[in-house]
Amino acid sequence: MAHGYERHDCEVLVIGAGGAGLRAAIEASAAGARTAVVMKSLLGKAHTVMAEGGMAAALAHVDDRDSWKVHFADTMRGGQYLNQWRMAEIHAKEAPERVRELEAWGALFDRTADGRILQRNFGGHRYPRLAHVGDRTGLEMIRTLQDHGVHQGIDFHMETTAFRLLKDGERIAGALCYERERGRFVVFRARAVVLATGGIGRAYRITSNSWEYTGDGHALAYHAGASLMDMEFVQFHPTGMVWPPSVRGVLVTEGVRGEGGVLRNRDGHRFMFDDIPENYRNQTATDPDEGWRYVIGDKNARRPPELLTRDHVARCINREIKAGRGSPHGGVYLDIAWIREKLGDAAREHIRRKLPSMYHQFKQLAGIDITVEPMEVGPTVHYIMGGVRVDPETQMSDVPGLFAAGEVAAGLHGANRLGGNSLSDLLVFGRRAGLYAAQYARSVSDPTLDEDDIQRAAAEALAPFERDGGENPYALQRELQDLMQDLVGIVRTEAELLRALEGIARLRERARNVSVGGNREYNPGWHTALDLEPLLTVSEAITRAALERKESRGGHFRDDYPNKDPQYGAFNLVVRKAADGTMQLERRPLAPMPEELTRIIEEQK
Amino acid sequence: MTAHPTRRVTLRIWRGDRNDGRFVDYVADVDEGMVVLDAVHLVQATQAPDLAVRWNCKAGKCGSCSAEVNGMPRLMCMTRIDQLPADEPITVEPMAAFPLVRDLVTDVRWNYEVKKKIRPFRPRKPDAADGTWRMDQEDVDRVQEFRKCIECFLCQNVCHVLRDHDKHAEFIGPRFFVYAAALEMHPLDTEDRLADLRHRDGIGYCNITKCCTVVCPEHITITDNAIIPLKERVADRFYDPIRRALRVLFGD
Ligand SMILES: Cc1cc2nc3c(=O)[nH]c(=O)nc-3n(C[C@H](O)[C@H](O)[C@H](O)COP(=O)(O)OP(=O)(O)OC[C@H]3O[C@@H](n4cnc5c(N)ncnc54)[C@H](O)[C@@H]3O)c2cc1C
Ligand code: SF4
Ligand code: SF4
Ligand code: FES
Repeated sequence: MAHGYERHDCEVLVIGAGGAGLRAAIEASAAGARTAVVMKSLLGKAHTVMAEGGMAAALAHVDDRDSWKVHFADTMRGGQYLNQWRMAEIHAKEAPERVRELEAWGALFDRTADGRILQRNFGGHRYPRLAHVGDRTGLEMIRTLQDHGVHQGIDFHMETTAFRLLKDGERIAGALCYERERGRFVVFRARAVVLATGGIGRAYRITSNSWEYTGDGHALAYHAGASLMDMEFVQFHPTGMVWPPSVRGVLVTEGVRGEGGVLRNRDGHRFMFDDIPENYRNQTATDPDEGWRYVIGDKNARRPPELLTRDHVARCINREIKAGRGSPHGGVYLDIAWIREKLGDAAREHIRRKLPSMYHQFKQLAGIDITVEPMEVGPTVHYIMGGVRVDPETQMSDVPGLFAAGEVAAGLHGANRLGGNSLSDLLVFGRRAGLYAAQYARSVSDPTLDEDDIQRAAAEALAPFERDGGENPYALQRELQDLMQDLVGIVRTEAELLRALEGIARLRERARNVSVGGNREYNPGWHTALDLEPLLTVSEAITRAALERKESRGGHFRDDYPNKDPQYGAFNLVVRKAADGTMQLERRPLAPMPEELTRIIEEQK
Repeated sequence: MTAHPTRRVTLRIWRGDRNDGRFVDYVADVDEGMVVLDAVHLVQATQAPDLAVRWNCKAGKCGSCSAEVNGMPRLMCMTRIDQLPADEPITVEPMAAFPLVRDLVTDVRWNYEVKKKIRPFRPRKPDAADGTWRMDQEDVDRVQEFRKCIECFLCQNVCHVLRDHDKHAEFIGPRFFVYAAALEMHPLDTEDRLADLRHRDGIGYCNITKCCTVVCPEHITITDNAIIPLKERVADRFYDPIRRALRVLFGD
């Protein structure tokens, strides 16, 4: 019997309603395209809502030495020069305009004394650059986009998950989705599709990411024939909560360090001063006093080492813990309360005003008052730099009509993302993806859907109901998370990566045998079963790329090749699905950088 | 590392759909520091794979995991088990003011429809030649409280006008008074929502019981800071005799 489905036609289908998806939809619809958006959760609940610290844009409100050039150079340095330079350039140039536009749509940022948008310090950014609202910037951003978007005639489908991309020959033709509520299928025919599905954090056990981040967009694109790039670069945020066990991984914003928080080991030693990488030495404070002066805005002082890039800070924390100098629950101490030595009694109020949700989070979940006690923190999987390989101008992938923006796309961040560069990425490239998707949609006719494809995909989605007594999807997901955490984590070796590959292959076999009970109505067991395939696909891509990159750079650290190797700085790793269904890896040389940009990088060294 | 003491608890979880449902007891061993959402997930992973529940952030930031825990409207992810009575089962049931989808999941779409009706933000002309505005932190601070709302809809769930009197067609509920206040008091906004608030949004139904304020996980003082000032503005406009006379003469 044929599987039934509801059918919708649109010109641009956006998959995902975080910052990137909403910004893309607003732009596509403003450009006149009939636009629909699907999302796994309710509107306003995407990952973007959790972002805390802020969005990076060289507005130069706090330090007038800032400019797009400095932002560009910072982004490239942070990414260890594997970034697509053109994306880093576009991002640095367009971010200020995108932030101002949010203000015009109603966002309210914290202010400078002269009434402009205030900017804060963040790791790897030379000057205070992050526009923010306390520590809930993501909420401000997503709510602004959501409230603006609902008046633009966009067709929103909440709790509707894309399961398969549909094609018409080489070009994109739409997507097959299922509704969570009733479990019914919905097919969208679309001339262009924008992927804005966010990240992959659920492939790991300790992560700041929610259940949604199972790498769906990465896997959808891969199976549709697009390339994934830079998948070996996973960002471990240095500071996740470590205690109590149930909140392990929940994020502690870098804003804590931006406001003067310091890292100490069990012995009270401020270990970040011990190891400052050569390429950051010129920009880093030599003693705690200089670090504090930087925090309070002394323009002649340099950043404290706690604000070095995330890959480095995470590894230093990892080292302290491994060496037995960690805190009681296997982390290190992050202390903001110490600033009362400098600010006296005003410190308490200052912390609560600048970091209200951190205050609340620790008070409620860990029973700790961060204005008087240090927090215990450790690395947590946070972000993936890798993703769908796209054209820097238009965000179109290798598949005609398939676009990607936000965390699911690769290129801007190279080997390591700077904090705050994601929220601005969402706006800059979300807008571009929406714009060019609408343009592309206008230039083509309606695609034809292949009914056989639809029926095959629907049958696959329902297969877990047909089996009895098979594997438990939750247990399988957990096993995969353990495997990735233990074998493809912060520090990698060839032997472990090879073991991981074997493990993933075995889990893939077992995943074919998951079964779920109950019916199709709001059944998380079923949803978890369907999330396994994308998780396995991205896990395999990460592992294969990590094996191939025999050096250490940015978010990728190989214990057996602990140094950077210039030879590996000349290319990105690209993953594609071969005709026989296996995963193929390819080295793709970096595009040569125009001389003007090379000069900017030199000047900012 | 220290050992984590575990504790055995009974979770009495509401299971069912639109047609029919009941409480089911699940026994679970919970770790120190666990929140109700963790325990629900534990049950889901080991005993009831199809148990329907919403969540995202697990840190009180997204407003997805609203439910009634021991009869109190709460975010499950911010409710620690060790702060609940140890010797009784923990009851977990869906919000009562919205139609049930399944188990702990309710249909909250009505809220999204209501929001769409509220007149959107309309800024004044930019203050500076470069198209930007100047605002004082103090003015921004006034509305930041309202903008903290995570749309968990717990306030909507407890408001008797919706919960007991079912005035969904005539009353937008506390969440959207907070939203309207955020817009009305936005330093740049020029739109006027007072007539809507009075005639269409039913602000008059609110009799300031403050139940909404009590349950708000973001500690927004919904009644005192949002609803009462809006009521005053509405009263000034529509019930002040001199102003009314002027309006008759000169239009609204
Ligand atoms: C706790 C935390 C704090 C952070 N703080 C900062 C910060 O201060 N500054 C910064 O720049 N970055 C920060 N980040 C990173 C940043 O928030 C994310 O990278 C960014 O929000 C991702 O946005 P996005 O639009 O790409 O996707 P998301 O916001 O992740 O949204 C993804 C959307 O896709 C949908 N989706 C996924 N799969 C499917 C599918 N199969 N079908 C349909 N829909 C689907 C989801 O439902 C969701 O709507 C933080 C991240 C976390 C977790
Ligand atoms: S104060 Fe008003 S809005 Fe709040 S619960 Fe009571 S009646 Fe409802
Ligand atoms: S006002 Fe408070 S209770 Fe109401 S929806 Fe917002 S956060 Fe929830
Ligand atoms: S899961 Fe986000 S508020 Fe509870």
